[in-house]
Amino acid sequence: MRPRPRAQALYLSNHLTDPTAGMLLTATDLTKAFPGEGGPTRVLDGVSFTLAAGETLALTGESGSGKSTLLHIAAGLEPMDAGEITIDGTALSTLDDGGRAALRRQTVSVVFQQFNLIPSLDAAANIAFQARLAGRHDAPWCATLAERLGLREHLAKYPEQLSGGQQQRVAIGRALAVRPKIVMADEPTGNLDEATGDQVIDLMLGLTADTGAALLMVTHSERLAARLSRRLQLSRGRVA
Amino acid sequence: MSGRALLSSCFLAVVLIAFAALPGPSHAQGFAGLGTDAEGFAIPEPGRGFTFPEDHGAHPDYRIEWWYVTATLTGEDGRAYGVQWTLFRSALAPERREGWDDPQIWFGHAGLTTPDRHFVGERFARGGVGQAGVQAEPFAAWIDEWRMEGPSLSEVTLTAQGPDFAYDLELVTGMPFVPQGQNGYSVKSASGQASYYYSQPFYEVTGTLALPDGPVRVSGNAWLDREWSSQPLAETQTGWDWFSLVFETGERLMGFRLRDTAGPDFTAATWITAEGTPTPYPNGAFRAEPLTITPVAGRDVPTRWQVSLPERDLDVTVEALNPNSWMETAFPYWEGPVSFTGTHRGRGYLEMTGYE
Amino acid sequence: MTGAALSAILGHWRRHPFQLATLVLGLALATALWSGVQAINAEARASYDAASAAVGGTRPVLVDPAGDIDQATYVALRRAGWQVSPILEGWVRTPRGRVRLVGIDPLTAPPEIAAAGTVLAGDLTGFLGQPGMLIAGEATAARLESADLPPVTVAEGIAPSLAFADIGVAQRLLGLEGRITRLILREDQPLTRPPLAEIAPGLEERASGGQADLARLTDSFHLNLTAFGLLSFAVGLFIVNGAIGLAFEQRRPTFRTLRALGLPARRLTLLLVAELAAFALISGALGIALGYAIAAALLPDVAATLRGLYGAPVEGGLTIRPAWWAAGMAIALAGTAAASAGALWKLARLPVLAPARPRAWARASQATLGPQLAASAALALLSLAAGTLGAGLLAGFVMLGALLLSAALALPALLSALLALAARLAAGPRAEWFWADTRQQLPGLSLALMALLLALAANIGVGTMVSSFRLTFTGWLDQRLASEIYVTAEDAAQAEAMVAFLAPRTNAILPIWSVEREVAGAPAEIFGVADHATYRDHWPLLTALPEVWDLLARGEGALINEQLARREGLAPGDRLDLPGGALIVAGSYSDYGNPSAQVLISVSTLTARFPEVERLQFGLRVPPGQTEAVMAALTGEFGLDPGRMMDQQAIKAFSLQVFERTFTVTGALNVMTLAVAGFAILTSLLTLAAMRLPQLAPVWALGLTRAQLARLELLRALGLAAVTMVLAIPVGLVLAWVLLAVINVEAFGWRLPMHVFPADWLWLGALALLAAGLAALWPALRLARMAPADLVRVFSNER
Repeated sequence: MRPRPRAQALYLSNHLTDPTAGMLLTATDLTKAFPGEGGPTRVLDGVSFTLAAGETLALTGESGSGKSTLLHIAAGLEPMDAGEITIDGTALSTLDDGGRAALRRQTVSVVFQQFNLIPSLDAAANIAFQARLAGRHDAPWCATLAERLGLREHLAKYPEQLSGGQQQRVAIGRALAVRPKIVMADEPTGNLDEATGDQVIDLMLGLTADTGAALLMVTHSERLAARLSRRLQLSRGRVA
Repeated sequence: MSGRALLSSCFLAVVLIAFAALPGPSHAQGFAGLGTDAEGFAIPEPGRGFTFPEDHGAHPDYRIEWWYVTATLTGEDGRAYGVQWTLFRSALAPERREGWDDPQIWFGHAGLTTPDRHFVGERFARGGVGQAGVQAEPFAAWIDEWRMEGPSLSEVTLTAQGPDFAYDLELVTGMPFVPQGQNGYSVKSASGQASYYYSQPFYEVTGTLALPDGPVRVSGNAWLDREWSSQPLAETQTGWDWFSLVFETGERLMGFRLRDTAGPDFTAATWITAEGTPTPYPNGAFRAEPLTITPVAGRDVPTRWQVSLPERDLDVTVEALNPNSWMETAFPYWEGPVSFTGTHRGRGYLEMTGYE
Repeated sequence: MTGAALSAILGHWRRHPFQLATLVLGLALATALWSGVQAINAEARASYDAASAAVGGTRPVLVDPAGDIDQATYVALRRAGWQVSPILEGWVRTPRGRVRLVGIDPLTAPPEIAAAGTVLAGDLTGFLGQPGMLIAGEATAARLESADLPPVTVAEGIAPSLAFADIGVAQRLLGLEGRITRLILREDQPLTRPPLAEIAPGLEERASGGQADLARLTDSFHLNLTAFGLLSFAVGLFIVNGAIGLAFEQRRPTFRTLRALGLPARRLTLLLVAELAAFALISGALGIALGYAIAAALLPDVAATLRGLYGAPVEGGLTIRPAWWAAGMAIALAGTAAASAGALWKLARLPVLAPARPRAWARASQATLGPQLAASAALALLSLAAGTLGAGLLAGFVMLGALLLSAALALPALLSALLALAARLAAGPRAEWFWADTRQQLPGLSLALMALLLALAANIGVGTMVSSFRLTFTGWLDQRLASEIYVTAEDAAQAEAMVAFLAPRTNAILPIWSVEREVAGAPAEIFGVADHATYRDHWPLLTALPEVWDLLARGEGALINEQLARREGLAPGDRLDLPGGALIVAGSYSDYGNPSAQVLISVSTLTARFPEVERLQFGLRVPPGQTEAVMAALTGEFGLDPGRMMDQQAIKAFSLQVFERTFTVTGALNVMTLAVAGFAILTSLLTLAAMRLPQLAPVWALGLTRAQLARLELLRALGLAAVTMVLAIPVGLVLAWVLLAVINVEAFGWRLPMHVFPADWLWLGALALLAAGLAALWPALRLARMAPADLVRVFSNER
């Protein structure tokens, strides 16, 4: 079975009348506070947004605006205090720990700024790991990804033997190997120099587009945000 | 009782707890009529007299007894020497038993004095196993290898040794044994304590001393005291000074002074003629006054004396051959040879206890 | 600068009080077990010394190699000038165990015998004669309260397990009238004395009073304890090492900052050394206090063992000795130094701006697998060499130590190989990750696992030895104690009357008569046995000539115990020199629990050669069911007191009780070692847990729940413990073999057959899993309950 992501995306965008119906991700009134000195600090304060299939959305804002927290909640990594997120028709509030883990395995892939990889596994095993956990391992697809990410020479290496750029490329390969509906990235180039970062972003945008996955990326870089189809600016926990 | 009695009883007081638990003198007197004290020990009574050779042997019914020899000797080198040989018997009970159960305990003291050295030996033994004892005939008194033995007490070999000295002497006499006090009943205090006491002051001595510098042939005079009793002295009697003096003219004098904290000192003396006839003198007749005090072994001990017996026109200055004649034994005391000048001249032995 | 730096360094402990507790507790535990064992040993040795000094100690003695000395000889020596003092030694039986009775003559005793001084300053009249008096320390006096014995006076400073009496009283109590064991030569000998040969040709002068035997006999026991203490200490050091490693790892950023701010590396190192030394002293003090408690708790059993097994004079009371306080502090410092040397070395060489990468540490450890394996192989060779070439107890222990260390060092490589194999065979990403991750964690866990291996192997080894011993011992007792009743007459006349009385009531009356003589240069018991089926059928022979019992009956042969056979290399058919002429060794028999040599000859040979032998003891063969009737008849006829009569069952029960007590201490130390190993695993896991978040967070982010991860963590600990347990079994069995076939032979002179007890392993395995499981449970629970935010933070925080 070969997916036809572009056709699917077109279909979804053209045939649904309710602006939120048919959306891949719908966030409504998200609220989150962290305990801090002198009472809880509100990090998110009634944030709502949507993400359509195949869409690329940049989450921007100054440090502490809550953009990373928003991404973590959307990825099922952290629970929210109030509000709701629906991903692919499933409300996150209805999921238990196991349900959220399944969501992370199968529907959402996350690429972090660093420490994306499992130190005890080599690059090839890292790329295949999530897909195998999800029971969707596709060896030719993994090979294709590795090829496209320029990792063929490095597949037998362990994470600490790879450069930062190589590590992030492995992380992208791992994220896409499972064919997720959404790739979420949290400052994926934050630890890289500009040239390497651009290269990594090129690969990420190209590959997500090719697989038809939506992309939600946290970044503080205007230049980077401009390359995505839409932007959501956060300020002090609210949509600016 | 000579100083030896007190010496011995003090020994016991120190060494044997049994003795410390003895009833006091007055209590003991209560039993005097029966001839025994509270623990069954016989008590000396006047008028007993002596039977020889039996009385040369031990009297286990009595608490304490000794065979006490002192000798004033002159070496072939012309130097003066003194020798002491003592065997004490001390009974824990007035009986004899077999083996280790025998309550008779023995100890021996040996001394050898030169003008500049003083040697001491000490031995302890249990009676029942044969390590020490006395036999009347043929006479033998021994503790370990120390011996005084011979066909009779008038002809004995006397040996003793310590780690650094030894002596081997022949003692011979044809003279009779001399009873002290009232025919051998020797009173020791105003309240009546007494002992049986006789002497042999006429031994002629030849023999050898083994000294660190080599053996020395010696000859001279020896004096034996035999005494036994069961009674301690009064508590106030703190010590004594005992003299045995041999005059160049052949007479002998035994005299002692018992120092008393509660009253005047108690003295007694016996004048013995060259033929061996004794004359006892009562309390007060004999006098001894210290002239020179010498520090010895951490104590102040008189080593020069003025001794007098006016009834015999005796007034002499007695001086120790070696002021350091200290007997460093379990119960320490001073015992050593002396010489004297004044109205009379001669040599003798001095014993002093109770100098703290 | 120093003050500021110190506050920065020490601030760590305020924020990690548990880590501090781990460090202090680990060190305290290690010190406690070590110093506890040392305290026990010191107490026992001090007791021997005191006992030895109490009976003449360092003074030379005169002995008769052929036996005891006639009292007449003593008097003859004294009368020849020899300043000697008689000593009679023997045992008095009390309902509460044997007590060594020492007869002295207070008047001639040398000043070295303190008891003589006590007597002279006290009640001499009561001490001498009848009934006499016993003088003993408080604990021993309590055991001596008995109607049969003279009154006991308690005195300070009397050596434990000794009772003094006048020599005459002792002779009476021991039935040795006129006999003396030895003569102490006083220091103050006179100017001249004839040669010894002239006075007492049979006597020999010996250097000292014979307690040296005791020291030699008990050496093996103390060496055993010391080995255990050392093992516990080593296991404890694993904990300390883990805690120090973690503290250094976590403080790396602090160190880096301090260095960057201008604190010289040397100063920093010195500060940390000072910090560790302070901890070592505090922990050392705690450990010594704890060790004292352990020693106080164990000493009564040890004392009972030493008394029962060797007749060693030890009581259960413990005195605090400055020597082991100092030793405990020293060992705590040394232990800390050993455990922190690696961390300090790394710190001193740390570049100022070294990246804080915990992974590097793990990788470096992995690189040491090769050298570790090489060291393990070298130790294995050393162990083999010690086993085949070496001789003596020390070689045995070298063999043991090298074997254990070799196994411990080989463990990480072995586990690593096993995990690689498992990873290859694993199906599914989770399993693959699990094995790969486990293997990567191995360096961090291997020290704790080594500790566990040591503890488990020691447990299996010692357990196997003790159980083998128990099985053999029980069987041997059944054989050896063939007579139904054992009876001791009060005197010869009673013995004769008894034999006449018993003849019609029993199947056989077997004399048990013996003398103590010197055989092959050492003290030995020579027993006479009757020619009777009881021996032919039951006696536990190890080797024998054909017709062994006939040889004995004809007075041509002698049987010897295994101890004597091994010591002198005697085999059946060899000649054995005995007092009264040589006999042929007809065979050897096992004789467990007996420290000295024993010879069996026919009873007629015994009485012919040693006419003075005491003929008081008999074994009675009684028709089935008659035992109680015969004992009742004996009591009725002779008024025999119960202490002089024992039935087979009572003796067996008593022997087994002594046996069990012997190994109580071993058991207790075993359990403690295992507990320490469990604690080592806990600290290691906690150490790792802090470092493991970057390893676990990605897996969690990729779709495993925290609970799943926690379960895997628990499973990993259990799995590693299980594998370690399996590997410990062969090591433990080799250990047991060494203990049974090498150490026991060297230490006691007997070899025991080895039995295996797999059920015990299951039990031990369960215990190991429980320990590991409990240790892993806490970190696992913490993981399961960890706030997601903490996990997420991994991805954004620079570590």
